[in-house]
Amino acid sequence: MSASAEVSAKIEKLTEIKKHSHPIVAVVVLFGGMFALLVAIGLSISFGAADIKLATVWTAVFQFDPDLTQHQIIREIRMPRVLGAAIVGSCFAVSGALMQGMTRNPLADSGLLGLNAGAAFMLALCFALLPGLPYMYLIMYSFLGAGLGVGIVYGVGSMSRGGLTPMRLVLAGAAVSALLGALSEGIALYFRIGQDLAFWYAGGVSGTKWVHLQIMSPWILVAMIGALILSRSITLLSLGEEVAIGLGQRTKTIKLVGMIIVLILAGAAVSVVGAVGFFGLIVPHLTRFLVGHDYRWIIPCSIVLGGLLVVLADLGARMINPPYETPIGALIALIGVPFFLYLARKGGKEL
Amino acid sequence: MSAIKVDQVAIGYSNTLIIDDLSVSIPEKKITTIIGPNGCGKSTLLKAISRVLKTKRGAVYLDGRAIHQLETKEVAKKMAILPQSANAPGGLTVFELVSYGRFPHQSGFGSLKKEDYEYIYWAIDVTGLNEFKDRPVEALSGGQRQRVWIAMALAQDTEILILDEPTTYLDLAHQLDILLLLQRLNEEEGRTIVMVLHDLNHASRFSDYMIAMKNGKLVKEGTPEEVMTCPNLQLVFNIEARIATCPFSDNPICLSYQLCQKDR
Repeated sequence: MSASAEVSAKIEKLTEIKKHSHPIVAVVVLFGGMFALLVAIGLSISFGAADIKLATVWTAVFQFDPDLTQHQIIREIRMPRVLGAAIVGSCFAVSGALMQGMTRNPLADSGLLGLNAGAAFMLALCFALLPGLPYMYLIMYSFLGAGLGVGIVYGVGSMSRGGLTPMRLVLAGAAVSALLGALSEGIALYFRIGQDLAFWYAGGVSGTKWVHLQIMSPWILVAMIGALILSRSITLLSLGEEVAIGLGQRTKTIKLVGMIIVLILAGAAVSVVGAVGFFGLIVPHLTRFLVGHDYRWIIPCSIVLGGLLVVLADLGARMINPPYETPIGALIALIGVPFFLYLARKGGKEL
Repeated sequence: MSAIKVDQVAIGYSNTLIIDDLSVSIPEKKITTIIGPNGCGKSTLLKAISRVLKTKRGAVYLDGRAIHQLETKEVAKKMAILPQSANAPGGLTVFELVSYGRFPHQSGFGSLKKEDYEYIYWAIDVTGLNEFKDRPVEALSGGQRQRVWIAMALAQDTEILILDEPTTYLDLAHQLDILLLLQRLNEEEGRTIVMVLHDLNHASRFSDYMIAMKNGKLVKEGTPEEVMTCPNLQLVFNIEARIATCPFSDNPICLSYQLCQKDR
């Protein structure tokens, strides 16, 4: 009698363990997302001003024939653009996820930490002082600018008594962003480069070339691997710094490495598409809603869903009013702003 | 035998020192409570003991070794902390939160092993949270939430438990509930417990050892009988207290009090 009770208790415990250790939903989201991403990339490559069939996309990728114009279009224009969109989306999403976890701030986004503003400021300087600078250097400067923005925000935020709190970070971010934004505008007016900058701000992946992807990819690959390794520590940090320290985590190291990863990811992404906000905000929340709170799942799923969302947004941007392209930034803002307001209204408990 | 030794420490933020030259010993396998008025440095001391804050001078010793020289994960296997304002991110279930207590015992990507599950289920069980284990933490009441955090600290399986005001915001019965749980952990399993409490009578009733602080200085340390005296309470809180004996536990309790005349 008691023995059978014991056995049934054991069985119950085993099923319990199964339930907790196999987040089926997360696996479904991850692999379903990957499949959807591949389909979306295929569709996006085949759709455009020149009508190309999906089958042609396939042969262009796997049996490339340089004499065919369609293959040329796919290889030289469509593919880098669509792949760029996917990569950029993943970068924004993962950097947003890392920031939200590390700062315990549900409204964290590369815009929050002065990153976008810093990059845009540096680009304005480049356009003004070094016109005609090759893209490869522009990316580097954008990178530097992003670092500058983050540096100032962290510097201002940590100067005060008690160190960096999430709230201080947000306030410093807003203030520094406003300042850098104003300076960029001043530069644009003074040097009459408003049009160049406006093109940049509007954001878009249409100008992505293979060379951009080549420059970005190694950085991004390393950063993504770093983010995956860091994922468990990010979960711990999201419980609060004191709790994380109590559990034996080296929080300072994790935050520093995390911040560098964010810098690389968001800096690279901004350098390609400009200051497209809200991806970094929306995707991690969406992912968290689907797969729960564990960053070991949030980060890989954010990579996939972030890529998917930007590829779809880019496709949408081209479909709304062909042959003209709607700025992808505007499209995202259209979805992003209401979402942001919704989050702000909810009071930010969902982290 | 002392579990933790605080030796001539100075602790503070940037230029302000909150505690200067404080030395105190926390006895092993006992319940120690730190009391004192708001802003006296109780929490600051606790944060220094738990290595959340770095000491500017002096050192905290755990088992005779300076804590900042120890591998932080090794410290986490000996000492668990419950911060004053622990706040779980939304959507996290009780089980998930408690499972993070196993972090110091895991390596790599940290999938839970059989042993980890045993500790997690034990911690959930001993804190009376069985029926809530799959609920989101945010959906629980204040008292239940506090128990979840304690469960997480218990899952960490440490000899020492450090708790900063574990009973704040709880009603009378729930306060007692938490303190009785801590007492049981101390008596049955010999865990060393260090906490900050504001309720002097609770401190007296549940502690083996009390530390009274004021303005970052140690005013008095000793058994509740030694610390809970009229002169001491006047010194620490500036109150004129009437001390009686607790009918439940024979400890001194503060029956009632008023502010000292000269300071009014």
